[in-house]
Amino acid sequence: MKPESKLMTMRDAIARHVPSGSMVLLGAQLEQMIPFAAGHEMIRQGRRDLTLLGPISDILFDQMIGAGCVSRVMAAWVGNVSAGVGYCFRRAVEHNIPRRIEVVDYSNLTLALALHAGAMGVPFMPTYSTLGSDLLKKNGNLREFPSPVNEEKLIAVRALRPDVAIVHVQRADAQGNAHIWGSLGVAVDGLRAARKVIVIAEEIVDASVISSDPNRTLVPGFLVAAVVHEPWGAHPSPVQGCYGRDHKFFSEYHEETRSLEGFENWLTDWVARPAGRPEYMNRLGASRVEALGIKEHALTAAADFGY
Amino acid sequence: MTVRPQNRSETELAGHGYTPSELMIAAASREIGDGELVFVGMRLPMLAFLVARRTHAPSAVGLFENGIVRETPSAELLYTMGDPPNLRGATQCGQMIDVMGFLQQGRVQVGFLGAAEIDRFGNLNTTWGHRDREAQRLPGSGGACDIACLARRTVVLLAHERSRLCERVSHITSPGYGSGNGWRRLQGLPADSGPSAIITTLGVLRFGPDGEAYLASVHPGISVEEVLANTGWTLRVADDLLETIPPSEEELAVMRELDPNHFWTR
Repeated sequence: MKPESKLMTMRDAIARHVPSGSMVLLGAQLEQMIPFAAGHEMIRQGRRDLTLLGPISDILFDQMIGAGCVSRVMAAWVGNVSAGVGYCFRRAVEHNIPRRIEVVDYSNLTLALALHAGAMGVPFMPTYSTLGSDLLKKNGNLREFPSPVNEEKLIAVRALRPDVAIVHVQRADAQGNAHIWGSLGVAVDGLRAARKVIVIAEEIVDASVISSDPNRTLVPGFLVAAVVHEPWGAHPSPVQGCYGRDHKFFSEYHEETRSLEGFENWLTDWVARPAGRPEYMNRLGASRVEALGIKEHALTAAADFGY
Repeated sequence: MTVRPQNRSETELAGHGYTPSELMIAAASREIGDGELVFVGMRLPMLAFLVARRTHAPSAVGLFENGIVRETPSAELLYTMGDPPNLRGATQCGQMIDVMGFLQQGRVQVGFLGAAEIDRFGNLNTTWGHRDREAQRLPGSGGACDIACLARRTVVLLAHERSRLCERVSHITSPGYGSGNGWRRLQGLPADSGPSAIITTLGVLRFGPDGEAYLASVHPGISVEEVLANTGWTLRVADDLLETIPPSEEELAVMRELDPNHFWTR
């Protein structure tokens, strides 16, 4: 008997698996493959009191904070990677607009270790990082302890288990077994640490494609609750082999969201009005989409899995 | 205080045939030794790494926080380390904990950082800024705290302004030498780690055994008085103060090949 397909629409995946109040891991692959389409659907469905977890997220966290979906951010860096600060993040922290948020500051390594501990099923992972820093003083999930095996001091980074991890991938089968290549960041640990995984795929393939190259399978389907086929769902972030980074979009966002009114207009145009990704892509326009497409393919050398 | 050669005006600096950023990149590239493992970062340090590879450090290896190990320049100018050209042709696309593990093992000799503020003991703040007496929330650590804690040498690049080089940072995002000699050891940070140079738009600062920064060289055309006036503490000056060596023709050629439109080197 064939296992039941986990394929569903973005709307259904978010409605069923990401209730208000969830701790959501987003942007685990750093500047690549950020699940913007999933974030926009959370905004459209009016999620509230989310805890956003991720190393950097580029501008997705900023958008969700500005839209009022977020009560807490646990991250190493919140802003706009190629343009600078995130204005919604600043308005929320400095002026409680649109609401007060709690910020739990991590470094990249301590966030990665929190997810590694979660993935390993242990309460913490040790590190020397953050010793002597104010991150250590202000983040209660970082605790100094004496090493049990020598005379050193260490930091215990408390394990984190997100309610749901949302990962964008190049290709997946209908059960959620997925290939990722390119920038991995904290994705491998992050989705193992999570209680549920939503896979957003550029392409849905037959299971035999996935099992033809099992070293590239970074998401085993048994962890996955939902599979969404959403081409261009990571725009404006890049997906290796699918499309490039839309640098201009990030700089335009920076300029357009400097004021609260500017952000509200941006949100209406790019999130509230488009019913989903196809409408969003229409707004982006054919010439811009064309310009972001792959100009020169670079296929990897084939690996022989024979015996 | 005399500096060899004699002080020159800023207009003459512009007339030298290189920009202040290009001078900073050349100085940063010389902080990289051949065969070293380097936590590269973006912007000027990225170019510094590539200049070093093409000149005096052909076997230096670059590490990026998103898990990338890279030995050759990307085919296109990068805006972020996750840009597709930085992945194509990489030696390895691994996980963040892989490259951060190298850092914690002590294998990474040099890491580059930028900062909103740095103080006399090399502590960095990238969490809170100040303008017109109002606190401004900045993006935060990213991997900076990890690099500052764990790299054998940390090199910091920033614009030399009195408000940015301050007596004491308001928030230690990334620790330098804390309050001075012995502080890092007391905190439990690894031996043989910590800031080694601050490369600014005016000069290069290094650190004494007491953990305090001093002026080691001034850039051509910059006076010591100008450096002191733009530093927020009473900066000590080396007895053997040097003039920063300007970028060579070879170094400039590499920078301009990699960044022909001066996106990062204006």
